[in-house]
Amino acid sequence: MRIALIATCLGDALFPSVPRATARLLRRLGHEVVFPAGQTCCGQMHVNTGYLAEALPVVRHHVEVFSAADFDVAVVPSGSCTGSIRHQHAMVARRGGDEPLARRATELAGRTYELSELLADVLGVTDVGAYYPHRVTYHPTCHSLRMLRVGDKPLELLRAVEGIELAELPGAEECCGFGGTFALKNSATSSAMLADKTARILSTGATVCSAGDASCLMHIGGGLSRDHAPVKTVHLAEILASTREDPA
Amino acid sequence: MSTFLGMPGPPLRGAEPLRGAEPFPAAAEKALADSQLRRNLAHATSTIRAKRAAVVAEVGDWEDLRDAGAAIKADVLTRLPELLEQLEAAVTARGGAVHWARDAAEANAIVTRLVRATGEREVVKVKSMVTQEIGLNEHLASEGIAAVETDLAELIVQLGHDWPSHILVPAIHLNRTEIRDIFRREMPGVPADLSDDPRILAMAAREHLRRKFLSAKVAISGANFAIADTGTLAVVESEGNGRMCLTLPDTLITVMGIEKLLPTFADLEVFLQLLPRSSTGERMNPYTSLWTGVTPGDGPQEFHLVLLDNGRTRALADQVGRAALHCIRCSACLNVCPVYERTGGHAYGSVYPGPIGAVLTPQLTGIDGPGDPNASLPYASTLCGACYDVCPVKIDIPALLVELRARVVDAERGRKVPGGWAAAMKAAAWVMSDPRRFAAAERALGLGRLVRPRRLPPPFSGWTRSRDLPVPPRQSFRSWWHSQRGGR
Ligand code: SF4
Repeated sequence: MRIALIATCLGDALFPSVPRATARLLRRLGHEVVFPAGQTCCGQMHVNTGYLAEALPVVRHHVEVFSAADFDVAVVPSGSCTGSIRHQHAMVARRGGDEPLARRATELAGRTYELSELLADVLGVTDVGAYYPHRVTYHPTCHSLRMLRVGDKPLELLRAVEGIELAELPGAEECCGFGGTFALKNSATSSAMLADKTARILSTGATVCSAGDASCLMHIGGGLSRDHAPVKTVHLAEILASTREDPA
Repeated sequence: MSTFLGMPGPPLRGAEPLRGAEPFPAAAEKALADSQLRRNLAHATSTIRAKRAAVVAEVGDWEDLRDAGAAIKADVLTRLPELLEQLEAAVTARGGAVHWARDAAEANAIVTRLVRATGEREVVKVKSMVTQEIGLNEHLASEGIAAVETDLAELIVQLGHDWPSHILVPAIHLNRTEIRDIFRREMPGVPADLSDDPRILAMAAREHLRRKFLSAKVAISGANFAIADTGTLAVVESEGNGRMCLTLPDTLITVMGIEKLLPTFADLEVFLQLLPRSSTGERMNPYTSLWTGVTPGDGPQEFHLVLLDNGRTRALADQVGRAALHCIRCSACLNVCPVYERTGGHAYGSVYPGPIGAVLTPQLTGIDGPGDPNASLPYASTLCGACYDVCPVKIDIPALLVELRARVVDAERGRKVPGGWAAAMKAAAWVMSDPRRFAAAERALGLGRLVRPRRLPPPFSGWTRSRDLPVPPRQSFRSWWHSQRGGR
């Protein structure tokens, strides 16, 4: 299959190991990976902060770049960016009075998948042949859970990883407190939520906290680092890309 | 405990029931500093969350029930004028009187006039959100009429000169020792050594209330539902105090928001399943009172229904925002909200707190410029979606929050000098809609490797108060991809 990689702005600029791992994993599974070069960002931050008019050119750019590219399906190593593409792009276009753009956005969204969805639903794999000998706890992230309904797919992928020791995260389904600009606008509440999340992560005794979204991991990782906690954050894609020969 | 300078007090109460004195972030900051409050809330919300989840899981067709609830409410809103007239005709035909109130002031004036006409100076009340929304108790007090709350939690809040912090459990922010102290201070005739055993506290309240019930001639209630085709009103409760208020006095005055209608009696079947499981986590609530007009020789012989708008038609006119009017005030969204769980209800500044409050309050009041504390409410959420998942009438609260944020932003667009956020968002959109500009920004970010500040200036200071910044990579993904000629 020819798979277009949506790196996400955060993955591209701050966490390049995440899109790199995604590409490496999909190639290992025998697929062709393309990176439409003009891509920038899905516009989620603008939409969720209420700047819908500002989001419109960002959405239009995304739709134009990916409409012009040649691929079967697109993959996003982020639940929240997938959610934005699937549930917000057409709404932003419509609100901006651009019905043709809304239709194109809907068509693209129909073949855009979050990583665990792509693996489980489209490619039909559970065991991706990964090796990761660490104690890991998994935070499911709100948008993957409640916007995309990925359910247990990421955990099933992780369970099949050789050498991994999975520790269940108490209160896993509760938000980590990131919420995009919420972390800035309501930083006291965000920090209180984060403190509870990191305490629960520490209670698992895991050395790695994983999730399917670099943004939530940036938030959780920022808190763990501030507390000098002996836990690092690693994206789901990086664990699944890791092998004996080429460990993450 | 002495208060010293710099110690944050509780959130400031605003002068209006639907508007706080300060924006949510400031009020939340104060609430978060109260560790007792946080413990009370975490305990209470997690208990009720678990109860709800257990009883909802028992119902095989729960999702169908939610769909039915949402469909009935959507239907009601599309034919509200017609259904309201039908209700008015049915109530009148059965011997009740219907009054229409455009806003809080009109509703308060109507109720005051009706109480005055009876010659009474004290009324008993059934717990009702809508009378809090219009500030009825305060208004009656200013007219020399005492309103006695008869719901236990509502009574506690009233005696404590406090304000409710939860739709269903108004005293959720208090623990039993705090409640005992309020009773000792405010309730006539309680022993000085009253214990904080919940059973003993309930007995003390019961004795206090029984005296009030037996002497009351006038009762004021809200309503959970009104049936348009029969004129029947419904109140759903747990303690039985409502039943007493609705049957013992001679005069009953019910104040109700115009959106509480259901078309037919059969529709109750859906809602009487949805409501108790969602709100108290019970299969069935202990008391459901239904009454239709006046029945000679049985119950109140005078019945008045006050139908309140107070911003509801404004919300109704909004194709997107009107979904908030589906709400049946079950409070399930409060109990699952991670923000509410930590800040409590007072931080929202409105009698409607939590996720539903964040979408309903600004719609009822409108937003009066960027300085309006209610402009901050749609931002009081991480959009985690837990509220939407539990809402029995499927209100997509996260989508409504985003829509309302857009309204706040659009209202600010007229300003000559854009605020910091507007400028930042414009700049970011300019960068993010062009790959060359985006790549240039990424290169600039690389400088962050050299200076990785522990504290950032506002508005980014909010990040560094509890989180380190990520270390920018040596190379962005795109530049790595190109350098590897397709990442090989
Ligand atoms: S919005 Fe839904 S969950 Fe929240 S109180 Fe209303 S009906 Fe209940």
